[in-house]
Amino acid sequence: MATTQPEFEHPNKAFGLAARDSSGLLSSFNFSRRETGEKDVAFRVLYCGICHSDLHMVKNEWGVSTYPLVPGHEIAGIVTEVGSKVEKFKVGDRVGVGCMVDSCRTCQNCEDNLENYCPTKTLTYGEKYSDGTITYGGYSDSMVADEHFVVRIPDGLPLEAAAPLLCAGITVYSPLKYFGLDKLGLRIGVVGLGGLGHMAVKFAKAFGVNVTVISTSPNKEKEAIEHLGADTFLISRDQDKMQAAIGTLDGIIDTVSAVHPLLPLIGLLKSNGKLVMVGAPEKPLELPVFPLIMGRKLIAGSAIGGMKETQEMIDFAAKHNVKPDIEVIPVDYVNTAMERLAKADVKYRFVIDIGNTLKTSS
Amino acid sequence: MAKSYETELPLKAFGWAGTDTSGTLSPFNFSRRENGDDDVTLKILFCGVCHSDLHTLKNDWGFTTYPVVPGHEIVGVVTKIGNNVKNFKVGDKVGVGVMVESCQTCENCQQDLENYCPKLVFTYNSPYNGTRTYGGYSDFVVVHQRYVLQFPANLPLDAGAPLLCAGITVYSPMKYYGMTEPGKHLGVAGLGGLGHVAIKFGKAFGLKVTVISTTPNKKSEAIERLGADSFIVSNDPEQMKAATGTIDYIIDTISADHSVLPLLGLLKLNGKLVTVGLPSKPLEVPVFPLVGGRKLIGGSNFGGIKETQEMLDFCAKHNITADIELIKMDQINTAMERLSKADVKYRFVIDVGNSFSSL
Repeated sequence: MATTQPEFEHPNKAFGLAARDSSGLLSSFNFSRRETGEKDVAFRVLYCGICHSDLHMVKNEWGVSTYPLVPGHEIAGIVTEVGSKVEKFKVGDRVGVGCMVDSCRTCQNCEDNLENYCPTKTLTYGEKYSDGTITYGGYSDSMVADEHFVVRIPDGLPLEAAAPLLCAGITVYSPLKYFGLDKLGLRIGVVGLGGLGHMAVKFAKAFGVNVTVISTSPNKEKEAIEHLGADTFLISRDQDKMQAAIGTLDGIIDTVSAVHPLLPLIGLLKSNGKLVMVGAPEKPLELPVFPLIMGRKLIAGSAIGGMKETQEMIDFAAKHNVKPDIEVIPVDYVNTAMERLAKADVKYRFVIDIGNTLKTSS
Repeated sequence: MAKSYETELPLKAFGWAGTDTSGTLSPFNFSRRENGDDDVTLKILFCGVCHSDLHTLKNDWGFTTYPVVPGHEIVGVVTKIGNNVKNFKVGDKVGVGVMVESCQTCENCQQDLENYCPKLVFTYNSPYNGTRTYGGYSDFVVVHQRYVLQFPANLPLDAGAPLLCAGITVYSPMKYYGMTEPGKHLGVAGLGGLGHVAIKFGKAFGLKVTVISTTPNKKSEAIERLGADSFIVSNDPEQMKAATGTIDYIIDTISADHSVLPLLGLLKLNGKLVTVGLPSKPLEVPVFPLVGGRKLIGGSNFGGIKETQEMLDFCAKHNITADIELIKMDQINTAMERLSKADVKYRFVIDVGNSFSSL
């Protein structure tokens, strides 16, 4: 039983959408945000992307959810207030917040700009913050965060396009860079063509990399090639085509979070090839060791990115016009959007138009 | 129609071969090619007994063709060289490792990575020119000069033989995956032929070395004699927990089926688990620890010729050899039984030169 009602926990009233139980249905929710501290940036939320993680969390599919849960970690808006010690932002700035709002700031990972790997980082929603309260995400009218975890959104990048970059974008950008898959002329594969997958294709093309989309859905081919700019499309169940593509890829970004076979993907890699998982299936996957050894191949994982890299990614996206394909929806469509998302029926990210459609209940 | 192994090629050869999945070896008369213009013939003095030999003898991996003469840790003396051979002369001490041929034109061969050539020919059990390759459990071998290693003068021939497979198999990934920064922490999983050499390389690279093993009684040996800094018993949950997130990289030499999840837990952020053991079943990989810690699991398969030579020279410089138990050829079946129970510290080497009556 909550000791303090969410509305009265903090001094600043806030309003948003919360899931109340594992049905995952979202409904109006009155709560509150903390006073803007000396290092904090407060902003009016205009747009928030719907990440598949939001769906997993509202339904408690990972078993870590506490209710009421206000999801949303692809948050974009305009600064309304800054604390006295804030150096990087001022009122009126276009900003965003992604998957985390705090970290210890002292461990080796934090010092190396890898806050995303800090063992005590605080996620943007559904986690206990340092003041003991639970964090609430971006399906809401306002947001406040330490300036370290706020990114600037360049003028040339529309806020609704910037929002999905804050999770989907950085989640694929970071491993493309870290694993050296961003070099001109390389050939990479992208498994799965959803929110993450389509961003991986776009960033890879912006890096000058040859892209093969690997998918189970034949009807995504035209879109992948003509619209997203992929060079080749492989249907993973087409044995002949998969056979012909053996040993052709320098790397693969695997965005699929359902359990799936790794052997065919490892076969597509050249020797020294890298299979990078950014989707996280709940069950362990079978990893055949022979092909890994015979080709000096590797399988690795990656999770979002640090703050410095997230800003770098946003700036790169603005400069090279890398924008997600989005479907902007009003607040009252959110539950329908979640249902469609569960069926992968979106090209390729829903973005909630908070600024224009979130009305307080009173 | 029975093939005559003795007459299919011009030079008579003698060795010991396995003839069925029992893996039992017995004397075998066969033949080898003439020494061609690019070839080196070596009289075999020593041959290491690699666990792969045992797997192949028993057809554990499903691609053995019998009769099979194993042995790919071969050290010998040159008895003949072809007209085009400039880098070797009769009397030189040389080695032959895991491969005897590759295509020489593919990208891998061009980059001194013959070990990843799709047309790689292994020293034994590979199809080759209408027949098959036969390995070092024999009196002599004829090999293209490209695949022959110079054996450094101050490296003992018997204790150096295992370097030709065990040595390069751990040296190559340690270099490739960057496991050589002084002060960093290396974990060696499994303490056998590969593992014990990995400890020695680790110490030579200036790393802190922790052995991870299921066998507690290997501890004092590992620390006092092999030079490891610490030892964790992998099925002791408390020891494993205490070591969580403390290791930069792990060489996994275990070929028995095993779980990698506990090993992944030992790794720091960006940690690398490199597998060089060849289990018969796929590994079960939990993806979450990889994603949550940007960790990787990589494979590696022995090494190219250039790197193998570099490794031998490194060993000569740093005085690294294998710990061996010397046996005669007719003790091989007993040795194989003991090897299957990991009852050897840490490599059997066949004293081939003193096993066969001279030709």
